[in-house]
Amino acid sequence: METLTYLAHGFTIAFSPTNLLWCLLGTTLGTAIGVLPGLGPALTIALLLPITYQVAPEASFILFAGIYYGAMYGGSTTSILLNTPGESATIVTALEGNRMARSGRGGAALATAAIGSFMAGTIGTLGIAFLAPVVVKFALAFGPAEYFSLMVLAFVTVSAVLGSSAVRGLSSLFIGFVIGMIGVDLQTGQPRFTFGVTELLDGVDVIIVAVGLFAVGETLYVASRRYAGKDEIVPLKGSLYMTAQEWARSWKAWIRGAFIGFPIGAMPAGGAEIPTFLSYALEKRLSKHKEEFGTVGAIEGVAGPEAANNASAAGVLVPMLTLGLPTSATAAIMLSAFQSYGINPGPLLLTTQANLVWGLIASLFIANVILIVLNLPLIGLWVKLLRIPAPQLYAGILVFATVGTYGISQSPIDLLILYLLGAIGFLMRRFDFPTAPAIIGMILGPLAEQQFRRAMTIANGDWTVFYKQPLSLTLLTLAAIGLIGPHVWNYVQSRRLKGQRAAPGDA
Amino acid sequence: MLNRRELLKSTAAIGAAGLAAVYAGPVLAQDAPQLDLFVPAAPGGGWDQTARAMDQVLRKEGLISGSQVTNVGGAGGTVGLPQFISRYKGKGNALMVGGMVMVGAIIANKSATKLDQVTPIARLTGEFEALVVPAASPFQTVQDFVAALKEDPTKVPVAGGSAGGSDHILFGLIAKAAGVDPTKISYVPFAGGGEALAALLGNQVAAGISGYGEFAEQVKVGALRILALSADERQEGIDAPTLKESGVDIELFNWRGVFAPPDISAEDKAAMVKLMEDMTKSAAWAEECKNRQWTSIPLTGDAYEEFLKEDIARIEEILKDLGLA
Repeated sequence: METLTYLAHGFTIAFSPTNLLWCLLGTTLGTAIGVLPGLGPALTIALLLPITYQVAPEASFILFAGIYYGAMYGGSTTSILLNTPGESATIVTALEGNRMARSGRGGAALATAAIGSFMAGTIGTLGIAFLAPVVVKFALAFGPAEYFSLMVLAFVTVSAVLGSSAVRGLSSLFIGFVIGMIGVDLQTGQPRFTFGVTELLDGVDVIIVAVGLFAVGETLYVASRRYAGKDEIVPLKGSLYMTAQEWARSWKAWIRGAFIGFPIGAMPAGGAEIPTFLSYALEKRLSKHKEEFGTVGAIEGVAGPEAANNASAAGVLVPMLTLGLPTSATAAIMLSAFQSYGINPGPLLLTTQANLVWGLIASLFIANVILIVLNLPLIGLWVKLLRIPAPQLYAGILVFATVGTYGISQSPIDLLILYLLGAIGFLMRRFDFPTAPAIIGMILGPLAEQQFRRAMTIANGDWTVFYKQPLSLTLLTLAAIGLIGPHVWNYVQSRRLKGQRAAPGDA
Repeated sequence: MLNRRELLKSTAAIGAAGLAAVYAGPVLAQDAPQLDLFVPAAPGGGWDQTARAMDQVLRKEGLISGSQVTNVGGAGGTVGLPQFISRYKGKGNALMVGGMVMVGAIIANKSATKLDQVTPIARLTGEFEALVVPAASPFQTVQDFVAALKEDPTKVPVAGGSAGGSDHILFGLIAKAAGVDPTKISYVPFAGGGEALAALLGNQVAAGISGYGEFAEQVKVGALRILALSADERQEGIDAPTLKESGVDIELFNWRGVFAPPDISAEDKAAMVKLMEDMTKSAAWAEECKNRQWTSIPLTGDAYEEFLKEDIARIEEILKDLGLA
């Protein structure tokens, strides 16, 4: 098979000692920046762009790809341990991951995230190597109408994180909508909810919102409760890594996550967050341990979304390598690196730069192996963090959140927003409003709005586009089933139970 | 600003800074000046790349001993502009990168700080825009496109970059030249070039407008067809007429240039103008432009100032016509 020959050739390039070293450097650097909230792979690669003047193209792309994959690994660590997501794609990981850490299963959460990332990264990279042309065709069939329907489907996931009170959950969702609306409206170029503050014109970064609501809010809550209770240091329960039962619960979630993440990542407007939402909702629905979600932490809720975000990272490279389409900030910056070598990324890249592309793909496999080797032993070290007494731990989280937020754009306004959101997060926690719907609303709300308005502009105001196109209709139907299905099922079940109870009386 | 930059680097604290330093190359000619390059955009974008290319070329040519690039991104440069003014006022060794996008953003955002508050030094590069259609489109020429637009502008959705940006401006100018009400046109803005390109390749829209470089590779393989370029004359190696040749009297370059802070001395200004003239004449600069598909369109001093005035007036007018200003 032709692909295998190319891939074998790619491995000979990637296995050269210098390229291996670049790969190691990239993955290590990536893991580190993934851990820091604010400093993402896009910014890091941009800062390293001058390197392209000095080293061979293969070496710099291997380094960049290593950073990209590494960041996806590292982002989950702080989500799980500190409830402080390092990347927007790992926000969902914090939901169950941090619960697990607080009930003494932090090691297992980290392990399932690392192994899941490895599995999904490998599946995704195989996808790049063998399925790229097919996946791209499918991805291009997605127009604004289809994207809107995909967002509608993703909104169903809100029901999975609503908590006990629908009113509270939906209020939280709408807080997220409002935050998401802040900034210049892409469709008209007009500022909304910026109140004349120039710094707000580009909107509020989702990482600031997640860190503010989760980490700062939580810190304030713990501080306010301290005199009332005792320090809650939960010792590690059971094995450091995963038990047999946890393996059994994880592997299916990994695979499902990978298969959700890869195609959505390959879509030009898919992104890394939506697949994590979808995976989380799916795992919650399918799980036999629903009572663990949002209480002690369910391992499926970590395994699925973590696999989804790593597979989507691989997916993003598909349109970039096959068509030259940059569909994420990181991909866009990698493309500008191609340009400084005088290489024009486009549909001809695979044929004109076969060495570079296949070397890159091969090094992605290697990066995945390096990452798992790097991350598994680190787990033992990471979980020790949790032994730090609460006052010091939470003070550390606060410092960490502040430094990371400042790193996003070095703007003091961002810090103000962070603490303001922290205060809102504290109030929400105090009065039992779930914070996750706010994050989902903030990410999905503006995306859905943009796609809806684009679809309307293209169709000249004809809203039948959403159900006249088969792909869009399918997604809307899935959303309807996801939303109404469980209620109908419960209703039918309860009717049947009633019927059975009523039966003896009839006789 | 230096401190912020340093802090960011130390936040990274993981060798990113170290790496960049190691690979920044040797520092030459101690007597040459040190330059502060201010980029009012995040790292990685067009302005940032302009600054980094300038740094490379100027150092290679021994024209400066080194430079410090500072990024303050946001809102099309309108976050960075006031900071550049307050921080570097009167300092003769600082340059800010900017361009047409900033002109548009200042107008659209109703920014209080305007470009007439800084000192124009030089226009450096430009990228002409291309009007393209998917391969399967019935439009073969600009006339076909304009005819359809005249018949019913709402039925010709055109994809491009953010609302009020250079792509939108060009579409507005074309419509206006064709006698179509610019407020009736159906413009579909996308956040990044990739997404707009995907909409074109997926036949979601009738046409697309963006920098030629965004479409070049797709045109080569026949996935897209160029109807016209917004350049002043035919371009070597591109088989497409200009808009002017096609009967639409429009010329548009998405230009980039540099500005010095306000209140600098006449000598400092002359030195900066000379520095930019020397740079744009060098072979290393020509090489950078070729690699990055930038068209070198140098213009300095008073001529640049004059051009800037005209461009601001023209953009203000079309943004008003589009209902954005």
